[in-house]
Amino acid sequence: MPGDEVDSLPPRQQADRRAKHRNLARRAWLFLLHSREASIAIAAILLIIYFWSTAPAFLSLGNVANLAEYAATTAIIAAGEVLVIICAEVDLSAGMVYALAPFVMYFAHEAGVPYVFAILLALIAAAIVGVINGFITVVLEIPSFITTLGTLFMINGFTLTISNGYPVQPQGTPLVTNLFGGNAISQISWAIGVTLVLQFVLVKTRWGLHTIATGGNPLGAAEVGIKTGRIKMGNFILCSVLGGLAGVLDAFRISSIDPLAGGTDIMFMAIASSVIGGTLLTGGSGTIIGAFLGAAVLGILKNGFTLSGVSAFTFDMILGAAILITMVINVRLSQLRAAGREV
Amino acid sequence: MSEEVLRTEHVSKSFGRVTALRDASIRLAKGEVLGLLGDNGAGKSTLMKILTGFHKPDSGKLYFQGNEISLRSVSHARSLGIEPVYQDLALINELSVYRNMFLQREIMYGGILRILDDGAMRERARDYLNQMGVNIPSVDVEISKLSGGQRQAIAVARSVYANAKILLLDEPTAAMGARESAIILDLIRRLKEKGEVSIIIVAHNYAHIFDVCDRVNLLQKGEITFDRSTKETSVEELMNLVLHELRSARQSVRLAGR
Repeated sequence: MPGDEVDSLPPRQQADRRAKHRNLARRAWLFLLHSREASIAIAAILLIIYFWSTAPAFLSLGNVANLAEYAATTAIIAAGEVLVIICAEVDLSAGMVYALAPFVMYFAHEAGVPYVFAILLALIAAAIVGVINGFITVVLEIPSFITTLGTLFMINGFTLTISNGYPVQPQGTPLVTNLFGGNAISQISWAIGVTLVLQFVLVKTRWGLHTIATGGNPLGAAEVGIKTGRIKMGNFILCSVLGGLAGVLDAFRISSIDPLAGGTDIMFMAIASSVIGGTLLTGGSGTIIGAFLGAAVLGILKNGFTLSGVSAFTFDMILGAAILITMVINVRLSQLRAAGREV
Repeated sequence: MSEEVLRTEHVSKSFGRVTALRDASIRLAKGEVLGLLGDNGAGKSTLMKILTGFHKPDSGKLYFQGNEISLRSVSHARSLGIEPVYQDLALINELSVYRNMFLQREIMYGGILRILDDGAMRERARDYLNQMGVNIPSVDVEISKLSGGQRQAIAVARSVYANAKILLLDEPTAAMGARESAIILDLIRRLKEKGEVSIIIVAHNYAHIFDVCDRVNLLQKGEITFDRSTKETSVEELMNLVLHELRSARQSVRLAGR
């Protein structure tokens, strides 16, 4: 600002320092404006402080473990949803794969397959669902909303049929149980691992780049030679496998496999986490760390309200409002970003 | 005349009962800028799509650097150095300039992990765009933050960087103001000076592109009706030709209406 200098003529050092401060504040503002993860992280921290001040038990070891368990599996599915959503598609069936995969594992184990391989079979079954979703969407050109709505019901029916509608109890060895989600540390480690690996894939690898290109400009991406169908197929498979993995992890944690577990509930939570975390449903843009934080925020809200005695009904109202508010802020922020072209 | 890079001989193409292109013969010399002009539906895009390997001609021959060829696919044409720049530019708004520059030609390390070498791509993109005189704030900005002219320039620079021998530009100045058009026309002039790449510009607004072209061809109802060096013709002459076509079209509409 040349005008400032002429008016006050401060000593040079002071001016420098002030400029630096202004620069820092400006940078902080730009960071908030540009980093979609920052705003959701701040929201998470504020919520933690709020619930901790109203109910100190909120940060007790037991409750934090509870919270981590709840958020972890949602975050794992959300990571897959983000990749599919960036392709401008959606996977509504992931929650049903969550219910199916542990049954595949259970029956394989009952048939004499060791647990590690039984889990592998469960993930392969999940991958097959991904292939079906991808094939119908990419090759038969049915919108993924419809494709996965169809497979959602089909898989649910299939799971109910093979289970006869009854829950079963997996009898994992302590090692397998602890490794595959039997406790909070294992669960959250899986979630953090999946998040970090896939965030890396998204921002630093060719697969991530082509995923963004596929959703950002489908025609353009195809014109430069990107096999957009293959990219979509891969991400559908990945999303399904993560749905299956989340189901297996929860099966060992709860030590019960319920054909009615997960379903549309966990699927919508995962998509809500993605959206709250800053992933655009229109495709071309998203963040997996954001989705992880989104899942954490949803977990904190649910857990915090439960602790402070707010009913589940109220929670749903707040969840809905949270999604709407985040979307409005998201749209405003992207308008701001677009307006600040030269920054 | 200098070395010939591309020639079509009596190329025709029909879609069902509609003849899009009949007996079209064009030639392109090395380093030459050819304006392919014509009204909507004159067959410009059909001819372009034949040159990019998207359509196969029903009859006629195609010569590339003196040899007869048959283009199997878009990627086959591209592997020969025939690079189309489409109207949508095939740029990804959400990605930075340098990532767009290297889209599908990424510099990578880490074997099958295919990790992007952002440093190398950023540096090379910056150097190359400087060299081409393409002015942008930074190679790190998202494409969505650039103007129409800048985007067009990035798309063209990307194709040239990919070792294009023949650039096919589809309406490069469509819906652009004079200032934006100037960015792309300057770039075409600079490419012309270097003389390494030959360019076909498809346009129906010939006033914009007339100055940068060495030669113009006029396509009317699927036929090349006019082929002259820009030195020997003028925008006015072209306009008269098109007006004449327009009048006769109106005449036939009137006749058909009776």
